[in-house]
Amino acid sequence: MTEQVHIAIAFERTGWHPAAWRESTARPHELASPAYWRDLLRTADDSGVALATIEDALSLTDRFEPLEGLRRDRVRGRLDAVLIASFVAPLTRRIGLVPTVTTAHTEPFHVATGIQTLDFASRGRAGVRLVAGASAAERANFGRRAAGVDAIPASGRVEDSPEILAAFREASEFADVLSRLWDSWQDDAIIRDAATGRFLDADRVHNIEFEGEFFAVTGASIVPRSPQGRPLLTVLAHQTVPYRLAAAHADLVFTTPHEAGGRPGFELDAIRAELDAAADDLRTGDERLRVYADLLVLIEDTEPAARSAAERLDEWDGAPLTSDARIVVGTPGDVADAVRELAAAGVDGVRLRPARLPADVVAIAEKVVPLLRSTRTLREDDGAGTLRARLDLARPESRYVREKVAL
Amino acid sequence: MSRSIRQIHLAAHFPGVNSTTVWTDPTAGSQIDFASFEHFAATAERGLFDYVFLAEGLRLREHKGRIHELDVLGRPNTLSILAAVAAITEHVGVVGTLNTTFNEPYELARQLATLDHLSGGRAGWNAVTSSDAFHGANFRRGGYLDHADRYERAREFAQLAKELWDSWPEDGVRADAATGVFLDDGVPTRVRHRGAQFDVDALFDVPRSPQGRPVIVQAGDSADGRAFGAEHAEVIFSLHQEFEDAREFYDDVKGRLAHYGRQEDSLKILPAATFAIGDTDEEARERSREIALQQVRPEVALTYVEQVWGRDLSGYDPDGPLPDVEPDTGSETARGWANRHAAVRARIAKLRELSEAEGLSIRELVIRLTAQHTFVGTPARIAAEIDRFVQERATDGFTIVGHLTPHGLDEFAERVVPLLQERGSYRRSYDEGATLRDLLGLPVPHPAPALAAR
Repeated sequence: MTEQVHIAIAFERTGWHPAAWRESTARPHELASPAYWRDLLRTADDSGVALATIEDALSLTDRFEPLEGLRRDRVRGRLDAVLIASFVAPLTRRIGLVPTVTTAHTEPFHVATGIQTLDFASRGRAGVRLVAGASAAERANFGRRAAGVDAIPASGRVEDSPEILAAFREASEFADVLSRLWDSWQDDAIIRDAATGRFLDADRVHNIEFEGEFFAVTGASIVPRSPQGRPLLTVLAHQTVPYRLAAAHADLVFTTPHEAGGRPGFELDAIRAELDAAADDLRTGDERLRVYADLLVLIEDTEPAARSAAERLDEWDGAPLTSDARIVVGTPGDVADAVRELAAAGVDGVRLRPARLPADVVAIAEKVVPLLRSTRTLREDDGAGTLRARLDLARPESRYVREKVAL
Repeated sequence: MSRSIRQIHLAAHFPGVNSTTVWTDPTAGSQIDFASFEHFAATAERGLFDYVFLAEGLRLREHKGRIHELDVLGRPNTLSILAAVAAITEHVGVVGTLNTTFNEPYELARQLATLDHLSGGRAGWNAVTSSDAFHGANFRRGGYLDHADRYERAREFAQLAKELWDSWPEDGVRADAATGVFLDDGVPTRVRHRGAQFDVDALFDVPRSPQGRPVIVQAGDSADGRAFGAEHAEVIFSLHQEFEDAREFYDDVKGRLAHYGRQEDSLKILPAATFAIGDTDEEARERSREIALQQVRPEVALTYVEQVWGRDLSGYDPDGPLPDVEPDTGSETARGWANRHAAVRARIAKLRELSEAEGLSIRELVIRLTAQHTFVGTPARIAAEIDRFVQERATDGFTIVGHLTPHGLDEFAERVVPLLQERGSYRRSYDEGATLRDLLGLPVPHPAPALAAR
C-alpha cells in the first residue's frame, strides 16, 4: 500500500529565510496588504493542499531575539494571524486555516470565540496553533508581567527552566478552556420554539466554571457550537514538555524530525515513542493524535539553481540558514522525495515551510504537489465537508452531551 | 441644490441579541451563519452606508439564575467577523464594539490596525467600558473596576492605542533590497507609557495603517462618557432619538469640542434608529404595531419587569396592570443586562406613573419603552424626517437598526435611500478608494504633537 500524506503549508511573512524579502520575486512592501494574503492563500487553496498555518508573535522582534540592537536587515512588523485567517476565509474554498496564537497575554475567551467565528466564516475550516510563553519583548509591550521566557536554558531542555514549565502549564489551561468553551453550546441548543417563546434551551448551554492556576473563566461561549464542533487544535513540539501538551490537548502536532542514522525515519521513531508514551498518560477520548513533520523548503528547477539561491540568501543574511526543521534545498523532485520518505516512515502529514514567499509556495503548488499527486503520495481532497472530516477526525460531541448520556 | 445642504451619514447595525431582533418571524434567519453577514453587508453597501456596525458579547445574559432563553442569543466574535466582512465588501466601513476593560492596548491596537490594513482603510472601533464582575468572570483581569476607574482606563487605553498607531511613520517600511535595510533607524518610535492603568515600553509591530488610526466611535452617555467622547471620539453612537433631545445632546457634545481644539465636523453623532415602513402612514403605523407585538411577546414583557423588579413575577398577567409588589434591589435575577445600576425604586415609580396615566398593561408599557420605532411612515415621510434631523443639526445621521436578520435593512436601502438621494443630502456613489474617514467626512489624523516633535 502506498503511504499517503496530507500537505500543509506554513506561512511566515516573506518566507522562512530571514533574507527572503530581498529576492526580486518578494513583495516586502505588501506584507500588510489584503492582496498579498489573498494571493498566497488562494495559491495554496487552489493547489489542493489540506491546510495552511499562519505565524504570529506579539512583538517586533523574534522570539528569543534580544531587544537591544535590533537587526534592521530583517522583516519587521506583521498583521494579526487570526484576522488574516478570518479575512481569507470567505476568499478560499477548501483549505484549512490555522492561525498562531500566543497563550501568555491573550484572553482564552476572546481566542475561543474568534476561532469559532473563523469556523463559521470558513464553513468548517478553522483551527489554531497555540504557542506557549511570553518573551521579554512581548512582556514589555503588555506591561503586565515581570517574569516570562527569555531564553532556552543552557541545557536546551525545557524541563530545566521553571519559566518555560510555567508557560506550558498556562498553555495547557488555555487549551483546556478553549475546548470547554467550544463544547459549551450543544448542537441543538437553539430551538426557536415560537409556541413557548423560547429561542434557546438553557439546559443545552453550559457555563464552563473553569478555575485554574493562571486564570478563571466562568461563562459559556458567546458563539453557538460551530460547524466542526471543536476547531482543530494544533501545537508545534520539539521535546518532552511540548509533546505532553500536544498529547493532552491537540488534534495534530507538528514535529521536526531530522535525518539520523542515514534515514529520516530514525528520529521520527523516537519522537513517536515519546508522543505515544505521553498519550498513554494524558490523552482522553478515542481520537489518535495526528503527527505532521515539518520541512523548510527552497525550490528551484535545478539543484545548482537552488543551491545558488540559498547561498545568495545566506550571504545577504550574513550566516547560513538554520532552523528547528530539516531544510531541503533542491528541485521539486527533491522535495517530493523528502515528503515520500516521511510518508513511508508513517507520518500523517508534512508541513512545508517555504523559504521564500511567494516564490516557494508557487513552486509547491505548481511543481511539488503535481509530483506528489502523480505518485499517489498526496492524500487527495475527498470532498469532506470540514477540515476535521478531511483529516479523518471525527466531529467531537460536546462533553456535556456525553455527561448527560453517562447519567 | 445649494452647496449648504448637510450630508446625511448612515450606519447599519447588525441586528443584535435583544428583543429588538424578531426571531419568530418566518423570514428570520441565522444570527451567526456567515451567509447572513454576506447579505447584510451587501445591502449596506448597496445602500451606500458609511459603515456596518457590530456590538460585542462578553457573556451570555442570565435570568433567574439561568441563561436567558427568550431573545436571540449567541453571536460571533466582533473582530473575526469584521475581518471576514471586509473581504467580501469593497467600500463600506467595518466598525465593532470592543471593550477597554477586558482587552490589553497593545493587542487590541494591533488587531484594529490589522483590520484597517485588511479592509483598505475601513476600520472603526466603538470603545466601550465595562465595570461588572459578571462579565469580568470570563477574563484574566477578573471582576470589578469602579465607574471612575473604568473611564480612567478607557482614556489611558485610547491614549496608548493612539501612541502605538502613531509610532510608525507613513511609508515606514523601507524594504530596500539593494542596501538590505528593511527598517530605518528609529522606526518605529519606542512608546514609553507610564500611567495608573498601564506601564509599557512598547515597540509596535504593525506598520501604519491606511487611515493612520481606525475611526474611534463611542457610545457612553454619562458625564464621563461625554467628556471621553468630546476628547477622543470621531463618531458618537447615541440613543437620543427624539428631535429636541437629540438637538440638546448634539449642542452639548459638539460644544465641548473646542476645549480639545476640535471642530464641529471632526465628530459625527449618529443615534440608533428603528423604523417601520408602509405605503401609507396608516399602513406604517399598523406595521409598527405588528413588529412591536413580535418584539414584545407576553413572556418578553414579563421578563422585562422581572429585570426591573429583581424578582419572580411569573404569576402576573402580561395583559394586566404592573405588579403591586416592591422590588428586590439586592437580587441576582437579571445578570448581564445593561442599566442594572439605575436607581430601581425611582425607575419603578416612573413606570407606575406612566402606566397609570395612559392606562397601559405590562405588555403595552414595555412596548412603549422598548419598541417605539423611531421612524414610522411612508418612505417619503421617513426621508423627510431624517433629513430634517440633519439639516437642523439635531444629528449628523443615524445608525439604522432593522428588526430582522439578515433582511431587515433591505426595505430601507431600497425605498428610503433613493429619496434621500433625491433630496441632495445623501451620496449617489462611493468615491473609489475612500477610507471610512473619507466617507464620514472626518479629518485625517496627524501624529500626536509629542511624537511629531521628537
